[in-house]
Amino acid sequence: MIKFYRFCVALIAVCWTVSVQAAIDAYPFEDAAKEAQFRELINEIRCPKCQNQTISDSDAGLAKDLKDKTYEMVQQGASKEQVIDYMVQRYGDFVHYQPPIKQSTWVLWFGPFVFLLIAVIGVAVMIARKRSPKAAVGQLTDTEKARLAELMKKDDSNS
Amino acid sequence: MNKRIFLLLPLLAFIAVGVFFYSALFSDPRELESALVGKPVPEFQLPDLLNPQQQTDVDSFGEGPYLLNVWATWCPTCRAEHEFLNTLAAQGVKIVGLNYKDEPAKARRWLAQLGDPYVLNVLDYEGTFAIDLGVYGAPETFIVDRQGIIQYRHVGDVNARVWQEKLADLYRQAGE
Amino acid sequence: MIAEWGHIAQILALIVGVLLAIIPMVGSYRGWLNWMQMARPLAQLQFLLVAIAFAALCYAFVQDDFTLSYVAQNSNSKLPWYYKVSAVWGAHEGSLLLWILMLCGWQAAVSIFSRALPLVAIARVLAVMGMISVGFLAFIQFTSNPFETLLPFYPVDGRDLNPLLQDIGLIMHPPMLYMGYVGFAVAFAFAIAALLSGQLDAAWARWSRPWTLAAWISLTIGIALGSWWAYYELGWGGWWFWDPVENASFMPWLAGTALIHSLAVCEKRGVFKLWTVLLALSAFSLSLLGTFLVRSGVLVSVHAFASDPSRGLFILAFLFLVVGGSLALFAWKGAAIKSRGQYDLMSRETLLLGNNLLLVTATLVVLVGTIWPLIHKEIGWGTISVGPPFFNLIFSILIVPFVFLLGVGPLARWRRQPIGQLRQKLLFAIGLSVSAGILLNAVFGDVEHFHAALGVVMGLWVVICTIQEILANQRGNDSLIKALGKMSRSHWGMVFGHLGFAISVIGIALTSTYTTETDVRMQPGDSQPLAGYTVRFDQVGQLQGPNYRGTGGEFSVWDGDRKVAQLHAEKRQYLASGSVMTEAAIDAGLFRDLFVALGEPLGGDAWAVRLHYKPFVRWIWLGALVMSFGGALSICDRRYRLARRRQPSQITAQEVAG
Repeated sequence: MIKFYRFCVALIAVCWTVSVQAAIDAYPFEDAAKEAQFRELINEIRCPKCQNQTISDSDAGLAKDLKDKTYEMVQQGASKEQVIDYMVQRYGDFVHYQPPIKQSTWVLWFGPFVFLLIAVIGVAVMIARKRSPKAAVGQLTDTEKARLAELMKKDDSNS
Repeated sequence: MNKRIFLLLPLLAFIAVGVFFYSALFSDPRELESALVGKPVPEFQLPDLLNPQQQTDVDSFGEGPYLLNVWATWCPTCRAEHEFLNTLAAQGVKIVGLNYKDEPAKARRWLAQLGDPYVLNVLDYEGTFAIDLGVYGAPETFIVDRQGIIQYRHVGDVNARVWQEKLADLYRQAGE
Repeated sequence: MIAEWGHIAQILALIVGVLLAIIPMVGSYRGWLNWMQMARPLAQLQFLLVAIAFAALCYAFVQDDFTLSYVAQNSNSKLPWYYKVSAVWGAHEGSLLLWILMLCGWQAAVSIFSRALPLVAIARVLAVMGMISVGFLAFIQFTSNPFETLLPFYPVDGRDLNPLLQDIGLIMHPPMLYMGYVGFAVAFAFAIAALLSGQLDAAWARWSRPWTLAAWISLTIGIALGSWWAYYELGWGGWWFWDPVENASFMPWLAGTALIHSLAVCEKRGVFKLWTVLLALSAFSLSLLGTFLVRSGVLVSVHAFASDPSRGLFILAFLFLVVGGSLALFAWKGAAIKSRGQYDLMSRETLLLGNNLLLVTATLVVLVGTIWPLIHKEIGWGTISVGPPFFNLIFSILIVPFVFLLGVGPLARWRRQPIGQLRQKLLFAIGLSVSAGILLNAVFGDVEHFHAALGVVMGLWVVICTIQEILANQRGNDSLIKALGKMSRSHWGMVFGHLGFAISVIGIALTSTYTTETDVRMQPGDSQPLAGYTVRFDQVGQLQGPNYRGTGGEFSVWDGDRKVAQLHAEKRQYLASGSVMTEAAIDAGLFRDLFVALGEPLGGDAWAVRLHYKPFVRWIWLGALVMSFGGALSICDRRYRLARRRQPSQITAQEVAG
């Protein structure tokens, strides 16, 4: 049975109550885990017919067919992977909103992290180099300071 | 100086992406390639549209090459392509039909009125076979080769221009 | 007749834009004073002309002038007058004119409120903005003209505004959003001008900062409004879908957030100059990129504009000019720019830089995630979809180090921060926030709730660190109140910005985890339990609106015997377009929303009804408002006002524009 929570936080204080799941559903489930899996799946499978919607959001007839199929498979005890595989076999990778990790998606999955890694190393090296004792100490050069002061006609320091 | 190379990187990345943007302007983002290309036509057990007592399966399609055309009477584009399918059938192109989520009586009336280019029509009232085929709308046309392998899927109507530019060659190759 | 005048004004604005792009720029290189002095009047004149064009289009809508093709397609005589006005920006052409109006508005504001700027700088800044306005005015004039007429054969009535857009959210959302998008054009123009002159210094950062903040505030509110609108109007109960259109607004926001922070460092410490310039160029470039993605039809999106290839080609060419040109300038001039400041590996600079990198990484995730399906397909690898499961996963990874650094950053000192001195504060914050998280997990322990606990831990961590930072301002014998009073407005701005972020994080984590949604079959008289409440379907009735009819469902929500709310959900059919719309009924609260939407009739008296219980969903938008408030405080800081004090006559107008 699925628990529904009313959740109340006044910063750390927490209180909630538990209630019972709805009895009648367009897709009724006995098993809360299966229902959760069904909900997750229909929110990750893309409707091939529509603009850019999950089969859960779409009103298209095909979306309903695929929801029915998903419901049927989940009720028969199929795992999440099995349902996704079933859909991908028929509609291609397109149908799952999470693309598979393969060579053609490496840039997508790892590109930003590779950028981050290189940038962090680069910054560390740069700072280490700059910390040589010979480097100038001032934050702004004197000319810069003068220019700033003149342009902004300001007298307080810029800390 | 290697600082300059770093400074050039954003520009180079932008240009690379821009090239793809340019080519994407001329293609339809909604077009979806079939996941079944290179695979055999999936198994099914469904009634014949014209003779619903008769069950059909993949073997009923017979020897390739053939076109597997997904159609329905509720689909206006199907009506637009029907005339050309008749022409193709008259030229000796083998076409099998998949009547997709349609009312059988209406479909039979349509064939009687507009002519029947199909050697066989499968009645897929629930759309189950269509899901196995990865159909996402009608009309769709699959080119199946001699070995029963799907070689190509065309989404949208088959007309004289599409046939001459693309499908005719693929159909010929499927027969080799 | 009025529409013709509007059209003429639009054409004149284009011509004035060309003059603005050329005259001051040439003058700045030749040192011709009077040419440079043309910048301000030209910028203001252009704004006036665009405002006339825009007003004329509004008038055409209000007067039902269906001789204009754009009005005929997007309005209807039965539309209430306020929707007629908002219909002006309900589709591609008019929204583009609104975009241009905003751009010229910023331009005029810069021309008025930057008296302290040297003439060369202001001439170049306004010339760059003039170039951008020329691009857009040419775009609207030659490919998307809202003043195109249908004469001599025009319809008796219009095709009506898309019912989705007949809503208060649409009245406010696009103007705020566009104000943010094009607001980054100011930072962009300042960056270009600085690159051209080679003077990339603290003064430059100080001038750019309030403008960038103003743009960022608008964008923050615009995105929050869009999210709120999607939540109640699309009838799905979702608040973020990772649709390309949303990503198009999120990318400049992420880059802009990085930019306001790096500008602060640049102003105070004179470091990160190149990085800041690149961010300033990127924030606006990403706005333009978003425009291209949304208006060219290269991506499949729920709310893309109708498009054709000629428009796409035009924007792409423009994108190449602006983005390519600016990045080329960056590569060419950037090498001469040196940052001189010195700082340790453990310092506020490094922590800020760390979070900057994380924000840029997040921008890259959204960027690559948005355009990789396009590239993947063009290469011939097939179609893929990148959506919520992908983005949610990556963002839930990136946010952890981001939030950690966000807490530590303000506590750390500039230049050098010995870790030992921070240890106590950090341990305290970690201890308090994690124990609260563990408390949550222990009481309601479930693996599923890990994300909620993590979200609360992260939110509390930011709050506790922020409070500690405020308290650290109390020095010597000063009372706490006095110490707080001494804090500058931009300091308070930071505090509210970070607290707002914490509120949003908590809201997102709790909503995502504890939302319950069910689609049920109900007849009048039926009751359904929903998260401890009972929802009763009281009755259905027929509706007759000004331009629609439909069915209304009355629901009452009970907590035991106590009635909590009366909800009225509608299903409307719009007469002109025939489209059917779901108007969800929401009982909003600080700690939870109850959401009821009427689905399809299921035969007999039964209806499919969608019931949602969404705890803390308001916190997401509340956090955005608090963040924006923080930004506004920063703009009001003394050091930006000092520069203005010498122009007392303009101060009131500034407040209006800001």
